[in-house]
Amino acid sequence: MNDLLAARTQMAISLGFHIVFAEIGIAMPLMMLIAEWRWRRTGDPTYLQLARRWAKGTAILFAIGAVSGTVLSFELGLLWPGFMRLAGPLIGMPFSLEGFAFFLEAIFLGVYLYGWDRVSPRAHLAAGAMVAASGAASAVFVVMVNAWMNTPAGFDLSPDGALVNIDPIAAMQSPAAFQQALHMLIAAYAATGLAVAGVHALMLLRGGPSAFHTRALGIALLVGAPAAVLQPLSGDISARVVAVTQPVKLAALESQWTTERGAPLRIGGLPDAERERTRWAIEIPYGLSLLAFHDPHAEVKGLDIVAKADRPPIAVVHVAFQVMVALGSAMALVGLFAGWVTWRRKDVTTNRTLLRALVIVTPFGFIATEAGWIVTEVGRQPWVVQGIMRTSDAVTPMPGLAVPMTLFTLLYIGLGAIVVALMTSLVRETA
Amino acid sequence: MTPFLASIGLPEIIAGILVLGLNAYVLTGGADFGGGVWDLFARGPRKAEQRELIAKSIGPIWEANHVWLILVVVILFTAFPAAFATLGIVLHIPLSLMLVGIVLRGSSFVFRSYGSTHKGAQRRWGRVFAIASIVTPVLLGIIVGAIATGAVGGAASTLPTKAGAPSANASFNSVFVAPWLAPFPLAVGALALAMFAFLAAVYLAYAATDDALRDDFRRRALGAAVAMFVAAFGGLGVAQMHAPSVSRDLTSGFALYFQVATGIAAVSAIAALWTRRWAVARIAAVAQVSLILWGWVVVQYPYVIPPSQTLRATAAPRITLVLLLYGLVGGSLILFPSLVYLYRTFAARDAESAQIEQAPRG
Repeated sequence: MNDLLAARTQMAISLGFHIVFAEIGIAMPLMMLIAEWRWRRTGDPTYLQLARRWAKGTAILFAIGAVSGTVLSFELGLLWPGFMRLAGPLIGMPFSLEGFAFFLEAIFLGVYLYGWDRVSPRAHLAAGAMVAASGAASAVFVVMVNAWMNTPAGFDLSPDGALVNIDPIAAMQSPAAFQQALHMLIAAYAATGLAVAGVHALMLLRGGPSAFHTRALGIALLVGAPAAVLQPLSGDISARVVAVTQPVKLAALESQWTTERGAPLRIGGLPDAERERTRWAIEIPYGLSLLAFHDPHAEVKGLDIVAKADRPPIAVVHVAFQVMVALGSAMALVGLFAGWVTWRRKDVTTNRTLLRALVIVTPFGFIATEAGWIVTEVGRQPWVVQGIMRTSDAVTPMPGLAVPMTLFTLLYIGLGAIVVALMTSLVRETA
Repeated sequence: MTPFLASIGLPEIIAGILVLGLNAYVLTGGADFGGGVWDLFARGPRKAEQRELIAKSIGPIWEANHVWLILVVVILFTAFPAAFATLGIVLHIPLSLMLVGIVLRGSSFVFRSYGSTHKGAQRRWGRVFAIASIVTPVLLGIIVGAIATGAVGGAASTLPTKAGAPSANASFNSVFVAPWLAPFPLAVGALALAMFAFLAAVYLAYAATDDALRDDFRRRALGAAVAMFVAAFGGLGVAQMHAPSVSRDLTSGFALYFQVATGIAAVSAIAALWTRRWAVARIAAVAQVSLILWGWVVVQYPYVIPPSQTLRATAAPRITLVLLLYGLVGGSLILFPSLVYLYRTFAARDAESAQIEQAPRG
């Protein structure tokens, strides 16, 4: 394995590990907060029990998110010093705002977790609200940086490749910023909400009626189901921005080899970069032109607009995109199903078909999130900053990068296994 | 106006804020690591009580304390991106090891607090927590020591200009290992560990409500003070042999005032501990540790990475520094009241609420 690939793998594993905990850190506090609020309003002790149980899980998951996030902030320099030298002054602004948001998140999580009997009920709820809000704000700030890497803005390029006349505020509002932040936030609520719903649905299927799991399922669906239903719409906005700003990425994720008008939508299939064609895909005529530009005859740029050396690994991007869309669609359908059951004034917690569907989609949101990040990150290769800096020019000159890559991979595999075991025993305690 | 004051501009102000952030990290996050050290060395008839006090003191605040480090890193790469890049390259190995320590310390602490109630598992996590709490400060000290000697800057100047290109005169060892695996950085590593353990023991002596427990931490604080003394003077001795420029800078000119002030604070801290004036001891310890940190900064000024990378040379464009300053000031307006609220809520010396803490959990 060469050093560049090792560095990319380490970054991918670090991000892929962190993002699960980051999503949970965004959505879990909201659910805790709703449970506590219901308890304060109704006096039903089950809600209090639920808020505390969720808080215990959140405490573990948030700590893992905090330390794995620290690793990432250092890895920017450990693995990509060239990128930081170029872009640090331009993208530091959202990172420093994220630093403050993270500070507030940690402070008020401490108050929330340890302050049940030390602060007033109102202050306790407010602390929970601060955690939920600053978690969401952190995500928006960090995604702004990634959006800038996809659609860089706020500078002039000097002949020697440096960024001059920089405008950090304009860099925060790059073309992809809004849609990427929206897509990420909704993903966090959908993935976490439906995952928690799935866990409690499983307990209801196995253990029969339970006030605890019924209330838990209700709140988890309240957060997860609307998000899951809205996500395809946000994805549509994303795809249209990508079509205009990153045509090569769009071509890769749809495996559109040649530029054409009235391009079909390819569902599934395996791209063959050698022969420049995609096998075994279902083609829907005019589908891609319609989706990307809302016009069946619109021209869609193909991978042929750039040299082979400037294309991302098409098979990886295409397959990851199919996985994301398929899992996201399944989640949206389950979300609609839950909404329909509620609308019919039926009890969602006794509908066994719905409970089974929820159990099936439990991991879908997190897998879709990973796939989505593969689409956006691998889809940008060989660039670290689209059109400005190649990933190979950003990587550290230190040799032997396979060693730290292996070290952090093993560390995260171990931590992941422990967290899964702890969460499983935490869920079993309530059975 | 003195030439020093005349030289103060935007890069120096941002750098000053960065060091204040590092100072806050050392005083808060550093003490949390020190708590882990005393967890490992919990001894005697009150072993369980010692561990309980440590866990209760760290529990609600360690994550917030940890964020200071992230803030320092973010300010560094925003305002001095070239310096951040150099540190990331040359100090890759100790920084990566430090990160492993940070990850293991934090995760094992929550695993122990919230995870299994099984005693054997709790003991194992306690062990990981304590060992990571020792290794991480040593690595942090090594990193600071390596920067101070100028070895990091020296190694950086031999690096190939383009990534991946082979370099004729730089071996892997000379660029990526020798700058930090050297006597002076190791001495600073020992000093950092002693310093954090000292702070933790002083805080814990102040926080304890039981006299016997308080005396346990008093003895530990005095022991750590001796260890600091040995590490500091040992480091100075090592510096005379291996890093003569550092030892000369540390004992001459402006820096000498800092050394004298540090000495006064150290003597006050020990005297206050001796006479059981806990609040005074805490203030003196905070002053002593802060003065050690600022003493290093003064010696190194105007370099971020001696001997050649100055603040000015590595600073980001003016607009970045201006916006960052606005961001830091604005952020602080929200941050500081929140931090005060956090610390007030969990002021450890509140015997009554410590009782309520034991209320049943969900």
